[in-house]
Amino acid sequence: MTASRLQFGEEEWSKETLAGAVAQHPERARAFTTTSGLPVDRLYLPDDDLVEHYEEKLGFPGRFPFTRGVHPTMFRGRLWTMREYAGYSTAEESNQRYRYLLAEGSTGLSVAFDLPTQLGLDSDDPRSLGEVGKVGVAINTLADMEALFEGIPLDRVSTSMTINAPAVVLLAMYMAVGEKQGVEPSALRGTIQNDILKEYIARGTYIFPPRPSLRLIENTFEYCSRQMPHWNTISISGYHIREAGATAVQELAFTIADAVCYIETALRAGLLIDEFAPRLAFFFAVHSDFFEEIAKFRAARRLYARLMKERFGARSPESMMLRFHTQTSGVTLTAQQPENNVVRVALQAMAAVLGGTQSLHTNSKDEALCLPTEESVRLALRTQEILANETGVASTVDPLGGSFFVEHLTDTIEAEALALLGRIDAMGGMVPAIETGFVRRLIDESADRWSEQVERNERIVVGVNAHADDQPPRMQLFGVADDVRRREIDRLGLVKARRDSRTVERSLVSLRRSAEDDAANLLPPILEAVRAYATIGEICKILRDVFGEYREAVDL
Amino acid sequence: MSKGRILIGKPGLDGHDRGARYVARLLRNTGYDVIYTGIRRSPEEIVEAAIRENVDAIGLSVLSGAHRVLFRRVIDELTERSAGNILVFGGGTIPEEDISYLKEIGVRAIFTPGTSAQAILSTVEELLRSKHRDTLAKEDRKEVMIR
Repeated sequence: MTASRLQFGEEEWSKETLAGAVAQHPERARAFTTTSGLPVDRLYLPDDDLVEHYEEKLGFPGRFPFTRGVHPTMFRGRLWTMREYAGYSTAEESNQRYRYLLAEGSTGLSVAFDLPTQLGLDSDDPRSLGEVGKVGVAINTLADMEALFEGIPLDRVSTSMTINAPAVVLLAMYMAVGEKQGVEPSALRGTIQNDILKEYIARGTYIFPPRPSLRLIENTFEYCSRQMPHWNTISISGYHIREAGATAVQELAFTIADAVCYIETALRAGLLIDEFAPRLAFFFAVHSDFFEEIAKFRAARRLYARLMKERFGARSPESMMLRFHTQTSGVTLTAQQPENNVVRVALQAMAAVLGGTQSLHTNSKDEALCLPTEESVRLALRTQEILANETGVASTVDPLGGSFFVEHLTDTIEAEALALLGRIDAMGGMVPAIETGFVRRLIDESADRWSEQVERNERIVVGVNAHADDQPPRMQLFGVADDVRRREIDRLGLVKARRDSRTVERSLVSLRRSAEDDAANLLPPILEAVRAYATIGEICKILRDVFGEYREAVDL
Repeated sequence: MSKGRILIGKPGLDGHDRGARYVARLLRNTGYDVIYTGIRRSPEEIVEAAIRENVDAIGLSVLSGAHRVLFRRVIDELTERSAGNILVFGGGTIPEEDISYLKEIGVRAIFTPGTSAQAILSTVEELLRSKHRDTLAKEDRKEVMIR
């Protein structure tokens, strides 16, 4: 069909059919937009450009530019990894939850650490008061990590760990548990989040200033490229940026800008792009605007593939593949009528699958209120299993490829994200963009726009500003016992009494020396300290002494 | 004229401050003087800042589940520093069953997820008005005693 014939047809349809229909039944709104504010037209038509430039724009799955997916067969070969983020209280209790999830069909683990652990503080630190075991599991020493993976063979499971500022310490502990189980580092599969830049922007668990933080990340790239070929050394995360209020375009642009910063850091340190780039992984949110989300994932793959090839000169296809984990959106869940969240999660999960995700966490219905109960986690997991086995969405590659609307949105999101990336480049990259408050300002503006729209009823949130009822939700809530801190402190005391304090002392002295030497890789000395049962607080104290601590300028 | 001075604080280790920042901007844009502490402040730091800034109220935001401990420590610290006249309200993912506990220890209002901006503004306004009335009443009593 030629463009001109189609244009003629559209004009004719507009006049003869559409005009009358709209006159009789006006549309619900004057203009339609996605939740991120991208315009949505009434109707999309075939685009000649797409067919003409098919291979450049879409190509074939498993091939550059990977728009249609990173594997040639996608979910016909292997389903995505069903990975539920979990962890709370003590290592023993979290270990129970992991065994439960594996028994129920989870195909990967995802560890949530409590805030003291994420900030490199021991459970007995005064700053940990009230927080021990609350949002994740408390880990002080290797002994906790051993208990966490008790009875779970590390060569048979892949483990994702949401840990950033002290990621090297937890990675070292995981390796040490592997050693005790007789599993070589090269056989370990999994991911550390290890993405510090988004902590300064959106998530808040930074410890050190950007420069030494980037050194720690570069150290893991270097070490793992040699010792741990199956380990994802970073999970560059748009999730928290999006949840903090960013639009889909901003989520994509800021995430890629973070990636650019990490890549440039590694290249400056002398690593070769094809050595470390294949182990870079990504993590995105999936929100409720169905087609926008699918388009975002497709745009992300294409944009990244071109960036890696053209800007960084990558040769290996693995370096150009954007592989990503997805989590359904926490902020779209409502405390009101929490059962509605089951439906939101199912639809978001479907968008993630149609967008070609490699692994997926589905949120539980109670997560606007508390950590999920065992029952609600099972339902979240079943949601994925129903998608995989009953809906047919996994039977063909990129089912929405070629949809006039989805292709248009994919192009738009890619173009807008590239424009924003250009602005960040012009500022000198992501570190200056963060430090000047640019990134924060854009996210805040988007967050406010959303809240105002909901406030004015321009956006409907079912159960909140429409179809609301006065009943407070009646649910079985999950709570973490308040005595976790005491139990953790008791255990910490036992470990400290049993360990050889001279070995600990020696390992910490050696760690300090390495930290003071910019050229040293910190993984080996940290591994030594971990093996000696040094605590995460002791290790991070050394790094705090040498690197200093970051304090954010508060700007509303 | 300012409608009052409010300090928004994030006690504890939780870094999720979309809500705190939104409420801070909301209050500022409707005529309050607002100070935001930034994330990860200790209860002592928050109370210290509140006294130094001579605020009428402190708004606390906690999403990590540590609200029982952290709200309590702020209230205790205020009492200890003889600054019990500074009102405390707060918000976050706080389950129904904890709200009565927090009210009991002296937290004046709790805003849970989904609370509208309107509801927050009218509650805060009412809190500050009642505080103002109390202060006037106390001053009256003082005058009576002096006389």
